[in-house]
Amino acid sequence: MPKDGGIGASSKRREDIRFLTGEGNYTDDINLHGQAYVFFLRSDIAHGTLNSVDTSAAEAMPGVVKIFTGADFEAVGSIPCGWQVTDKHGEVMQEPRHPVLAHGKVRHVGEPIAAVVAESLSEARDAAEAIVLDITDLPAVIDMKEAVKAGAPKVHDDLTSNLCYDWGFVEENKGAVDQAFKDAAHVTTLELVNNRLVANPMEPRVAVGDYARGTGDHTLYTTSQNPHVIRLLMGAFVLGIPEHKLRVVAPDVGGGFGTKIFHYQEEAFCTFAAKACNRPVKWTSSRSEAFMSDAHGRDHVTKIQMALDKDNNFTALRTDTYANMGAYLSTFAPSVPTWLHGTLMAGNYKTPLIYVNVKAVFTNTVPVDAYRGAGRPEATYQLERLVDKCAHELGVDPIALRRQNFITEFPYATPVAVEYDTGDYVATMDKLEEISDMAGFAARRTASEAKGKLRGFGVNCYIEACGIAPSNLVGQLGARAGLYESATVRVNATGGLVVMTGSHSHGQGHETAFPQVIAEMIGIPEDMIEIVHGDTANTPMGMGTYGSRSLAVGGSAMVRATEKIIAKAKKIASHLLEASEGDIELKDGAFSVAGTDKSVAWGDVTLAAYVPHNYPLEDIEPGLEETAFYDPSNFTYPSGAYACEVELDPETGHVTIERFAAADDFGNIVNPMIVTGQVHGGLAQGIGQALMENCTYDSDGQLLSASYMDYAMPRASDLPFYTVDHSCQTPCTHNPLGVKGCGEAGAIGSPPAVVNAVLDAMRSGGKDVGHIDMPVTPARVWAAMNG
Amino acid sequence: MTQVKMTVNGKPASGEVEGRTLLASFLRENLNLTGTHIGCDTSQCGACVVHVDGEAVKACTMLAVEAEGADVKTIESVANADGSLSVIQQAFQDHHGLQCGFCTPGMVMSASALLKDNPKPTEDEVRHYLDGNICRCTGYHNIVKAIMAASGQDVSALAAE
Repeated sequence: MPKDGGIGASSKRREDIRFLTGEGNYTDDINLHGQAYVFFLRSDIAHGTLNSVDTSAAEAMPGVVKIFTGADFEAVGSIPCGWQVTDKHGEVMQEPRHPVLAHGKVRHVGEPIAAVVAESLSEARDAAEAIVLDITDLPAVIDMKEAVKAGAPKVHDDLTSNLCYDWGFVEENKGAVDQAFKDAAHVTTLELVNNRLVANPMEPRVAVGDYARGTGDHTLYTTSQNPHVIRLLMGAFVLGIPEHKLRVVAPDVGGGFGTKIFHYQEEAFCTFAAKACNRPVKWTSSRSEAFMSDAHGRDHVTKIQMALDKDNNFTALRTDTYANMGAYLSTFAPSVPTWLHGTLMAGNYKTPLIYVNVKAVFTNTVPVDAYRGAGRPEATYQLERLVDKCAHELGVDPIALRRQNFITEFPYATPVAVEYDTGDYVATMDKLEEISDMAGFAARRTASEAKGKLRGFGVNCYIEACGIAPSNLVGQLGARAGLYESATVRVNATGGLVVMTGSHSHGQGHETAFPQVIAEMIGIPEDMIEIVHGDTANTPMGMGTYGSRSLAVGGSAMVRATEKIIAKAKKIASHLLEASEGDIELKDGAFSVAGTDKSVAWGDVTLAAYVPHNYPLEDIEPGLEETAFYDPSNFTYPSGAYACEVELDPETGHVTIERFAAADDFGNIVNPMIVTGQVHGGLAQGIGQALMENCTYDSDGQLLSASYMDYAMPRASDLPFYTVDHSCQTPCTHNPLGVKGCGEAGAIGSPPAVVNAVLDAMRSGGKDVGHIDMPVTPARVWAAMNG
Repeated sequence: MTQVKMTVNGKPASGEVEGRTLLASFLRENLNLTGTHIGCDTSQCGACVVHVDGEAVKACTMLAVEAEGADVKTIESVANADGSLSVIQQAFQDHHGLQCGFCTPGMVMSASALLKDNPKPTEDEVRHYLDGNICRCTGYHNIVKAIMAASGQDVSALAAE
């Protein structure tokens, strides 16, 4: 029987009411009295010397309040990078200055050059057209391998080259890995591209800056996944505003997918300009601007090799990856191809020796940073394509080869520095074979072939690392932040609770799922619990939501704070019941004395805490409010196995997704409905990457895919109903809820299954091409079939 | 600037607009009806779908002055008079047909237009009707389910999950 409340119940989402009725409060819905509007004049060339910006004619245009250029920000800090990678020689990465508005040079199409603040957006836009730019074109570097050649034009003149870092991991293993390849019975090699993507949350970014001259208080309303991180980065590193004079509010946020983690120039600009203009300044991104200013994702070019012994055991793995950083280092960009990618290269397999090389490269393109999965989809795609290729080269079943090499004993220390606490890869593969109806595939293929179509079946496994992670560890790895999470639980006199969390919900349903946990712990209805998030003024310092960390880290902080609440409430109850504290039990919202019928209700205890007439004041303070900061001791390791079934029209190369099955192990689950929904959304993004999405530049650095007319977003008719199962559960051993995180799995696990299925379909049509790069568009498939 | 008058959610509405002001902007900026969202600038995403004289229209494809005298309905008018969710809205909640909520107003307005014309759509008909509405969160599975459920069809067997 499904539960009707608490942990494990598919409670309906309370946030839906306001979203369904048009009463959400998104950042663009905020309009402050007297606000002005900013329009950014952005570079339309990829690389050039910015000789002058003449704003004189524009300043005379109607409605113009003030026009800003790079010169206005010379005394302001650089947009900071939050992670410093140390390369294989022990040198720290090259880190260029990232100005709020371009100064001296422009380095990518879309880089803001000037900002017009005006009474209305249309007046700001009109005036921007009157700004005269004098830019001398410079040759652009777009291709990563060209960019690192000697003599290539430099994106940053003050750096030694376009190489940000050359990372080797684990460097000490390199000799042993190379030797294993010499000793191998078989070596499989694969070169592939992980295509550049744009996250595309449906809500474009928005920033509204406000300044109170009377108090010196700054407020920024922004579309962020982590308002405290923005407050710290912008306040401390860019504008020099201490936290107590800077409030950052991220209200309802319309999707993030990673791209709203980062601190962007427009946020700093609106905060700065609100003070300079002494009035609120609002920026709302258009979708076209979003394509050329939101951090992009993926964009790796990789060569990967597997060594196997004569019995088809994996003996060593090595990879060479070029990772595009774009023109500047976005907030967490350096960590994505390194610590979020190299550490996952073991995947689900007991490969004993692994060496990963990553060259991060500056190019004249939009900065690249974390997008749903961030490093882990890139690792999974390479590995799971490679394993499939191994199987076909060796003439063995791809699932059998996977099973043979699965890690089966836990905890398992990989050769790439992480230790998986739990997992059961055999169980998820068994479940996948069941739910994908593998047994029925042959008949479905026959039916497709009768229609003149080809049908393919592809699988893959995945492992990811979520719940990022111990602060002391990530500090050693170069993080310039801690990665704990926080919660304050405030119990009111009449028994209701407010949880102020440092996590942020932008679609994940925290307002519904978090109360389920506390309702279970105390035994009270969920509707007695309210979640507050998204405002630095009324939540404790937290690191926000990304990396599938909210429940694993933020939920754990909430559990710890609630445990403190319960411990104190038991002291109060023991006083009220005149019993020993050790005999007090909390169940179903009442405290009772073990072995007696004496009890006191939750609400009586909370009332006593605030009306302490009969209260142990000599032992404990009045009130019932506790805060906890939770710093995890390890990552969590969700895993699973996915299967995709495609139909391919050999006449046109068009591929349709006929079936998709996902068997995940997320550990314990709080709200199965929400978890299933998270998987669905991830699958759509992963299938989108595999089939149609592609962010493309021409050789001059012009962005060719800068609108929904050119960048193919998956639509309802591109996707099937999915079959999703998360009944395989090996709970996390090191957080109090035993949860692992589910937000990114779908996007991580699905692209290789799609491509493996397409190649299977092509093979069934007599064409074995070995590999095809994403997106597997009809043009590419047709060319491969007919090449 | 031009004066426009129309009926919005059953009430007379008017305002001063530029010739280039879009209906979507007029609803949001002049009337403070911020449930109509703007997610793109090429009329692709459908977050701004409203009903104009009973037809589903992307409010970013229409100038405010073109709506002179029209009867416009937005997401704010969809709930029942007592504030409870309409059948379609309730189906979206019941089937988890929304996550971040940004595309949701447009989805609900498109879904209600579909069901008006086609009271019992097939899965395929729902999916193709939604080609003008992009959702980045749900993968559409639960949106399609919600719309079919709102049409009174049994969706329990549509997909194992």
